[in-house]
Amino acid sequence: MIAEIGHYALVLAFILAIVQSTVPLWGAARGDRRLTAVAVPAALLQLLLIGTAFLALMQAYVTSDFSLVNVATNSHSAKPLLYKISGVWANHQGSMVLWVMILALFGAAVAGLGSNLPETLRARVLAVQGMIGTGFLAFILFTSNPFLRIDPAPLDGAGLNPLLQDPGLAFHPPMLYLGYVGFSMAFSFAIAGLIEGRVEPAWARWVRPWTLAAWSFLTLGIALGSWWAYYELGWGGWWFWDPVENASFMPWLAGTALLHSAVVFEKRGALKAWTILLAILAFSLSLIGTFLVRSGVLTSVHAFATDPERGLFILVLLAITIGGSLTLFALRAPRLKEGGVFAPISREGALVLNNLLLTTATLTVFVGTLYPLLLDALGGGKISVGPPYFEATFVPLMIPTLIAVAIGPMMAWKRGDARAALARLRLAMAVVVITVLGTLALADSSTALAALGTGLAAWLIAGSAVEWADRVRLFRMPLAASFARARHLPRAAWGMTLAHAGLGLLVAGITGSSAWQTERIQVMRPGDMVELAGYEVTLVGVGEVNGPNYTAERALFRVESDGRQITLLEPEKRFYPVEGSQTTEAAIHTTLIADLYAVIGDPDGQGGWTTRIYHNPLVPWIWAGCLVMVAGGILSLTDRRHRVGAPARPHPARAAQAPA
Amino acid sequence: MAPKRRRMTVILVALGLLCAAAVLALTALEDSVVFFISPTDLAAQAPNPDQRLRLGGLVKEGSTQRGDGAQCIFAVTDLETAVPVTYTGILPDLFREGQGVVVEGVMGADGRFAADSVLAKHDENYMPAEVAEALKKSGHWQESAETPAKPGCAE
Repeated sequence: MIAEIGHYALVLAFILAIVQSTVPLWGAARGDRRLTAVAVPAALLQLLLIGTAFLALMQAYVTSDFSLVNVATNSHSAKPLLYKISGVWANHQGSMVLWVMILALFGAAVAGLGSNLPETLRARVLAVQGMIGTGFLAFILFTSNPFLRIDPAPLDGAGLNPLLQDPGLAFHPPMLYLGYVGFSMAFSFAIAGLIEGRVEPAWARWVRPWTLAAWSFLTLGIALGSWWAYYELGWGGWWFWDPVENASFMPWLAGTALLHSAVVFEKRGALKAWTILLAILAFSLSLIGTFLVRSGVLTSVHAFATDPERGLFILVLLAITIGGSLTLFALRAPRLKEGGVFAPISREGALVLNNLLLTTATLTVFVGTLYPLLLDALGGGKISVGPPYFEATFVPLMIPTLIAVAIGPMMAWKRGDARAALARLRLAMAVVVITVLGTLALADSSTALAALGTGLAAWLIAGSAVEWADRVRLFRMPLAASFARARHLPRAAWGMTLAHAGLGLLVAGITGSSAWQTERIQVMRPGDMVELAGYEVTLVGVGEVNGPNYTAERALFRVESDGRQITLLEPEKRFYPVEGSQTTEAAIHTTLIADLYAVIGDPDGQGGWTTRIYHNPLVPWIWAGCLVMVAGGILSLTDRRHRVGAPARPHPARAAQAPA
Repeated sequence: MAPKRRRMTVILVALGLLCAAAVLALTALEDSVVFFISPTDLAAQAPNPDQRLRLGGLVKEGSTQRGDGAQCIFAVTDLETAVPVTYTGILPDLFREGQGVVVEGVMGADGRFAADSVLAKHDENYMPAEVAEALKKSGHWQESAETPAKPGCAE
């Protein structure tokens, strides 16, 4: 019964979405306020309906209602509660319901918080959100209905892929979707602005915080996915340039560019058309990501099913959305009045450079990800494009980008002075030189590339510190006065400094893990010892353990250094009888500088086991860097001037020292 | 600076970047594209010893055995031709005899394919498209019921 209510709610939501996408648009065109007034209640009701459907599905999962096909094929009564709940979105149909629910959430936010928006703009934004909702609700109802019944109901379900039964992955899809769908806000505002034929500062004041929120969620979502791949797949790596990873990385890159160009738009009234184009691109790439992952064209853990009908449906949806919005852009963009003249050497100029580099980098990732699919579709043979391609294209483009990150914030708006900016960064340059020399001298196996990486990381971190010190006039006035300045610094300034420093940590982590990772693969019998990076790792034994819905072989390693016991590592190989498959659980000991990482493989039948032990320097910094970046994004969101519905004009004195 | 000149500067920088990216992408693609090949095709043509290839098919029933140390030896077949493969390391969790697998590496002079990565299919009812294609090509494709086999490298 509850499932039928959920299904019915989805049908109502679909019909409502059609109303929401047409009536307000018509009203805005005719200037009829009775029609535009439909938008707000429609968006709020939409959330209520889709929320009902979502909760109905969750209820079916939690109570293990196997009369639903979706629950029977993706759940099992013996599964822990957390994975029953996350099971809702760990399958194709359920994840699409989550997608539209998040869309409805954002729509309701515009409806509820947007009373300070011009009425026609709000009506049009909600209409565009309604159109996206119509497309995806149709997709769910016609190709991926999660509420289909099965008769007779099986006694128990087929279970959830054990790889997905993991706390890190339970929250990976919601975070990722909050990011993907979050870009729909910028997209809807862009389309609404194009329909209006003009965009005003109110537009950018709205787009910025939503983009920032979407970007923070997406960063967190990608980091969670990567972290999961690191400890769950047992390959010792954290990023494989897999098409599915790229699918989430492309919107992130475009979103990062959008985040920065929206600043220029809001503060200077320049780059209007470009910001709108980026908003369209960021959301289009989110849609392409959804298509790549959900259509089954890729072989991966995310390809739940290969169903050509679904793939075709999403492809058509994609063509309409991207084709339509780009056509609208081509027709209307020339009409937008650009303001805010600036010199190439200025804060705006630096942000334009950032944007050009980021979009070019997005393009290279796009080519590497889609070229094999295109070639295959054209009958040119099956190929794969691996990490070497991305390392040879993406990395060189990131070097100038990262150098510019520290210089940009030191430049004045409108007309900057590159020499003065570099002079203020003298201290950061000194830190870079010391770091590079230190890297070359200390690490015996370091290459020029590793020194470049640590140098860039130092440049970002020291550059952020110098920029902050400059802002609070540290040591140039009494310390107490500096601290007072720091307290009154806009939160957005703190956010930027943090995010850039976090990027530095991330670069350090990437460099460390790719330059200095060491690995030992061998067959070990109990009592055997392996030396690695100054540790002596001894296999004590292997035993059987029972989990809630699995059995496991658990190895015990003793890790010693100079005869002193450091830690015990207990990697497992789990067998899930319901799903008939096994997973690897790596054991990781972290010192916050490096990870010691152990995996147990198959027995050799003569009392030994294949074991794989890694020493991964600086990998913890990757996660720390991502978290610091997310913290920067959130801190910036709490800025008074970013608060949705804040007074239109920032305080003039603050505006003078306003950050990027 | 006049808006026109400013726009020209931006366009020139953008064009320069695009050209640089195109050069980077094309040279990188040339070096790092890995072609997919079926066991029959691999046996028919002797590939260049340093050309990286992706070989896909089924893990031949009864072919997995241990080599020296942590090395594993198994055969990849399209049910027409079988190619012996060596791999050092831990095989993926979903590696099974009789099931789909894609290995990447180079063909050794000893007639064995030296793999440095092994990808097994990711879930129980899904076969990599490349493997399905190889089987269709050799005429042995069938929507077969799967018999679970012992996972991992044979003892």
